[in-house]
Amino acid sequence: MSALLRTDGVHKSFGGVRALDTCTVEVDEGTVAGLIGPNGSGKTTLFNVITGYAKADAGEVYLAGRRITNSPPDKVFALGIGRTFQLTRIFPSLTVLENMLVASRHSRASARKHAMEQLEFVGIAGHHAALAGTLSYGQRKLLEMAYVLVADPAIILLDEPAGGVNLSLVNHIAARIRELNAAGKTFLIVEHNMEFVMGLCDQVTVLDSGTVVAAGPPDIVRTDRRVLDAYLGEDLADDQEPGEGE
Amino acid sequence: MNRLAAAGLVAVLAVAVAFPFLFPSPVATNYGVYALIFVAVASAWNVFSGFSGYISLGHAVFFGSGAYALGIAARDWHIGGVGVFALLPLAAAVGALIAVPFGLVALRVRRHTFIVITIAVFFIFQLMAYNFSFTGGSSGLDAPFLSWQAATYNNPFYYIALACAVGMTAVAWLVRRSRFGLQLRAIRDDEDRARGLGVHAMRVKLTAFVLSGAVTALVGGVWFLYLTQVQPPSGFDPLFDLSVVLMAFLGGLGTVTGPVLGALIIEPGQLYLTVKFTNGYLSEILLGALFLVAVLFVPRGIIPTGGEWIRRLATRGKPAVQADAAGPSAPQAPDPAPAQEAST
Repeated sequence: MSALLRTDGVHKSFGGVRALDTCTVEVDEGTVAGLIGPNGSGKTTLFNVITGYAKADAGEVYLAGRRITNSPPDKVFALGIGRTFQLTRIFPSLTVLENMLVASRHSRASARKHAMEQLEFVGIAGHHAALAGTLSYGQRKLLEMAYVLVADPAIILLDEPAGGVNLSLVNHIAARIRELNAAGKTFLIVEHNMEFVMGLCDQVTVLDSGTVVAAGPPDIVRTDRRVLDAYLGEDLADDQEPGEGE
Repeated sequence: MNRLAAAGLVAVLAVAVAFPFLFPSPVATNYGVYALIFVAVASAWNVFSGFSGYISLGHAVFFGSGAYALGIAARDWHIGGVGVFALLPLAAAVGALIAVPFGLVALRVRRHTFIVITIAVFFIFQLMAYNFSFTGGSSGLDAPFLSWQAATYNNPFYYIALACAVGMTAVAWLVRRSRFGLQLRAIRDDEDRARGLGVHAMRVKLTAFVLSGAVTALVGGVWFLYLTQVQPPSGFDPLFDLSVVLMAFLGGLGTVTGPVLGALIIEPGQLYLTVKFTNGYLSEILLGALFLVAVLFVPRGIIPTGGEWIRRLATRGKPAVQADAAGPSAPQAPDPAPAQEAST
């Protein structure tokens, strides 16, 4: 299995604050990878560097072996990286369907059909004519996921897909991710919901203060002492035996 | 477009075409010419600013440049009579040519900074018009004399302005329905997000800016020929941009028909007040007051607000979402299998 996405020793500072420090992360093709860490550990900054929303001070980003470091967001998207945001960013004055068509690469004739298919897949096709600004937060999460899917990216970066939504919607999102992954889609997911991450991901990378402190399968990562110290805390390790949640 | 809208459009066009015959007085056709000139300009402004959210207060740069380009070309190439109308495409080309470097500089920044840059460029052009010899300095330029009969002098201008207005409104309609228009509106909502979905924001904004600038310059040329002269304060008039912005805001920013309606209300109103009250400041004071009223009571404009009222009346007493049409607002029942997967 080869690394579809790789960051190699990425540094990023904001003034005197070092957000990423020699950050190296790999995501294998066809897997669901998780990126966890305490608040301020650099997860979203890494997403921003990968997708061109922030420039790396040093280090490299590769997609399928191709160097894409500091490429602008439109180019990164065209190369095959789609992403969602922690706080949903939709186009509120456009209809749900128009939101989908912004990202569509299909011809005019097939774009609408393909967009409706994706809306049906995430479960909000009935709202296609509504203004996106009228959707609930959960529906916006689904819309954001759908309009990333419509361009059929090679890898999808999801920033807290389960954040701030109810349990049934969390389950719905997890199911959609599993379905897409089974069809070959690769994911990198930032999430604080440990049950969501541990139940969904093949590989988990843990960031702390901008540095990777652990990486590996969820079973190994959840028992790693450095991870427990940095993020998970003793309670979770005590409560959950390795493999319990599989 | 439904049948009712199509019938309404045909009726409006028929009235517009018949207007000089229905109201042959030069006073009435003068109102018509100015109103249509501003319908075209407000629509052109709206295609860029209304759709993209970049509020330009520098479109007088294009309007004045179009007027001056036509005047300079007619003077230096000794073109007179109706032949000057052949220079209108040149005015548009000059507008487009100015819009490229103007846009490349101004469109690198957003919001208030963009507005400030457009104002700065506007004053640069006004100063150039005052100080360059080829612009005629503060005396400005005169248009070639057209030996038409006084009683019907306005009519050809009326139809040229009508062609500009209808053409620009049609372009705005096409742009709004196109992928290009969709990208512009996505930029208005969230430019960074649009970029992250593959929209080449700079290219899209610049294209709209150039299109808008070219049409504004062309209409500036028509205005110059109609008025028969241009001077720096009239060609590069700061009130021009304020009027155009108010037209778009009053009618409905970012809609196709809003700026048309706004121009048809404001421009004749301004003319009437200027003629009725010799104190020119009165129309400006009322224009400012109207701006405040529009912002306070119809902040989204007449067309969107009116449409909302009609929708409210039509859907009064009905459920907000039709159960069979809307599908699940969110998954209603947990999916057992993924629930187990995710909760472990």
